Amino acid sequence: MSISERHIPDRLKSPLETRLKSWESLLLLVAVAIFVLNSFASPYFLNAWNLSDATFNFTEKAMIAFAMALLIVSGEIDLSVAAIIALASTAMGAAAQVGMGPVPLTLIGLGVGLACGAFNGALVTGLGLPSIVVTIGTMSLFRGISYIVLGDGAYGGYPAGFAVFGQGYVWWVITWEMVFFTVLAVGFGVLLHKTNFGRAVYAIGNNPTAAMFSGIRVGRVKFILFLLTGLMSGVAAICLTSRLGSTRPSIAFGMELEVVTMVVLGGVSILGGSGTIPGVVIAAFVMGLVTFGLGLLNVPGIVMSILIGCLLIGVIALPRLWSKWRA
Amino acid sequence: MIVTRFLASREAILLGALVALLALIAIRFPAFVAPANLLRVFNDTSLLIILTLGQMVVILTRCIDLSVAANLALTGMACALLNVAMPGVPVVVIVAFAVALGAFLGAINGVLVWKLDIPPIVVTLGTMTIYRGTIFLMSGGTWVNSHEMTVAFRALPRATFLGVSMLTWIAVVVIALVALVLTRTPLGRAFYAVGGNPNAAVYTGIDVGRTQFWAFTLAGALAGLAGYLWIARYAVAYVDIASGFELDVVAACVIGGIAISGGIGSVGGAVLGALFLGVIKNALPVVDISPFWQLAISGAAIVIAVALNTRANRTRGRVILKSAEHVT
Repeated sequence: MSISERHIPDRLKSPLETRLKSWESLLLLVAVAIFVLNSFASPYFLNAWNLSDATFNFTEKAMIAFAMALLIVSGEIDLSVAAIIALASTAMGAAAQVGMGPVPLTLIGLGVGLACGAFNGALVTGLGLPSIVVTIGTMSLFRGISYIVLGDGAYGGYPAGFAVFGQGYVWWVITWEMVFFTVLAVGFGVLLHKTNFGRAVYAIGNNPTAAMFSGIRVGRVKFILFLLTGLMSGVAAICLTSRLGSTRPSIAFGMELEVVTMVVLGGVSILGGSGTIPGVVIAAFVMGLVTFGLGLLNVPGIVMSILIGCLLIGVIALPRLWSKWRA
Repeated sequence: MIVTRFLASREAILLGALVALLALIAIRFPAFVAPANLLRVFNDTSLLIILTLGQMVVILTRCIDLSVAANLALTGMACALLNVAMPGVPVVVIVAFAVALGAFLGAINGVLVWKLDIPPIVVTLGTMTIYRGTIFLMSGGTWVNSHEMTVAFRALPRATFLGVSMLTWIAVVVIALVALVLTRTPLGRAFYAVGGNPNAAVYTGIDVGRTQFWAFTLAGALAGLAGYLWIARYAVAYVDIASGFELDVVAACVIGGIAISGGIGSVGGAVLGALFLGVIKNALPVVDISPFWQLAISGAAIVIAVALNTRANRTRGRVILKSAEHVT
C-alpha cells in the first residue's frame, strides 16, 4: 500500500494549461470522437429523434450519479440506489392501484427515496458503520421488500397524467427528462463547486478528522448527502416508472454499477476528495453515446456491459499504468 | 479457561443464535431438526460455505470480491462446454480445470489490486460484469441442459461416501484446508497481518499487495470449484446462474463476524454465518413463508450483523476523543 504524496510545485501552471490537460477535456475529446465515429458507423445516428431517444439511456442514471458523485467525493458510497428505485416504484405502483393521481404519486416516489436515504444515512453516520456493507445490506433489504409486495407480479395502470415525466416532450425533441437532467446538473454543479457545503464535502473526503477539527459537522454533511442520493433515486424512479408504465421488483436491476461507473469515469476519485460535476456530465454523454451507437450496430446489451466493465477498470488503470511507465 | 474463553467469543454467540433459530423452528416443525434433515440443510449450504471461506480470506486482507458469483458461473459454463465438447475427459480433470480457471480469474482481480493499486470494489465490480458478459460470448446465450452432460459429470456431487454426499465431503475438506492455511501457515498469518495493520505488516517484511493477490487467487480457486459443483448439482448452465449470489456470500461473512475493515474473523464464524443463512433459506418454505421474503431477510440480517459487529469491535482500546471516533 503506497502512501500518497502531495507535492507543492514551485510555480503554478497557467489556468488555461491546467484546464486543457484536465481529465474533463480528455473525456470531452473522447465524447466527440465517439460521436463522429458513430455518425460514420450508422446512417441512423444523425437523426434528431433518434438522438433524443438515446438520451433516455443516461438521463435517469445521471440524475443519481450527480448525488453519488458528491457522496463518493466525501468518501462514502451508496450501492442501494437501484434498490431504492425498485422500492419507490413499487410504492408508487401500489398507490396507483388505489387510484391516486400523478401529484400524490410523485410525492410518494420522492418520499420513499428520502426515507431510504435517511435510513442509509442514519446507519452510516449515526451508528458509524462502513457504507459499503450497510448499502449492500439495504440493497437486498429494499429490493427484498419489493419482492415481498410484488412476488412474480407487476403493477401497471398508472394514470395518464403520470406519463409526462418519462414520455413527455417540452418542445420538439426536448424531453422533460432532459430538462430535469440539465436543471439537476446545474444545481449539483453549483452546490459542489460554489457553496460552503461543497467545500465541506471536499474537505471531508480529503481528511475527515481535519474537517471535523475545522468545525465541519462531518456526520451531518454525510447524512445530507445520503438524503440527496435517496431523493435523486426517487426522482429517477419517477422518470423510469413513468417511462416504462409498469413496475416489477427487478426494475433497474444492476443500475448501481452503471451509476458508479459513470461517476468514476467522470474523474471522481473512488477514494474520495476529488472530482467535478462537469466531468460526470460528460461521462454520462460518453456512456450514453457508446451504448446507443453499439445498439444501432445490433450489439447485444450484455456485450455492452463487458465494455462498461472494461471502461470502469480501464479509466482507472490507464493513468496509473501511464505514470508507472513514465517513472 | 478454554471453555470460558469460547463462551465469550463471537462464534459462541452465533452458535447460540443458530441453535435458538433451530429451536424456534422445531417448536412447530420437529422434523426439521432431525439429523437427516440437518445434514440435508448442510449439504444444500455447502456451496455457500465454500464461497464464504474464499470471500472471508479476501475480506481479512481489507479487500472485497464482488465477482465470485460471476466467476462461479463462468467456470461452471466452461466446465459444461468442455464436457459437451469432449465427453471422454474424466471428471477429475474437469474439477482440476475448474479450480485452475477459477484461480486464474481470481488472479486477474489480484493483479489489478496488487500491481495497479486499484480499489478492490472497483476492480471486482468491473470484472463481475466482464465475466458475466464472457459467459454470453462463450455460450452464445444458449443453455447447456442436463441431457447434454455426461452421467459421470452430473453424478459427482450426488455420489455418497459413508452415507454422506460428496458435496458435503468436499465442503468439509475445504473447511479443513482453509482452517489449516489460516492457522498453521505463514501465508495465513500474513492475511491477518495485512488486514489488521497494513503499515505494520510492511515493517515485518510482508508484501501487502502480494498477500492480497494470493487472497484473491484463493477465493477464485474456491469459486471455480463451486462453479463445477453448482453446474453438476443443478445439471444446467446458463448466463445468469448464481446471479446476485455474491451478496449472500458477503452477508454470510458479515453475519459470521468477519470485520469488513479487515484482520478479524475465523473459519468457524464464516461457516456458522453461511449455515445461518442456509437454515433460514431451507426453513422458509417449511414454515410457509413465501421464498420472496428471503432477499429482504438476508438484507436485514446483514444490516443487523454489521451493526452488532461494529459495536463489539469498538470497545477495544481507549477512546481519547469521544466524538472523533466516528469520523474515520
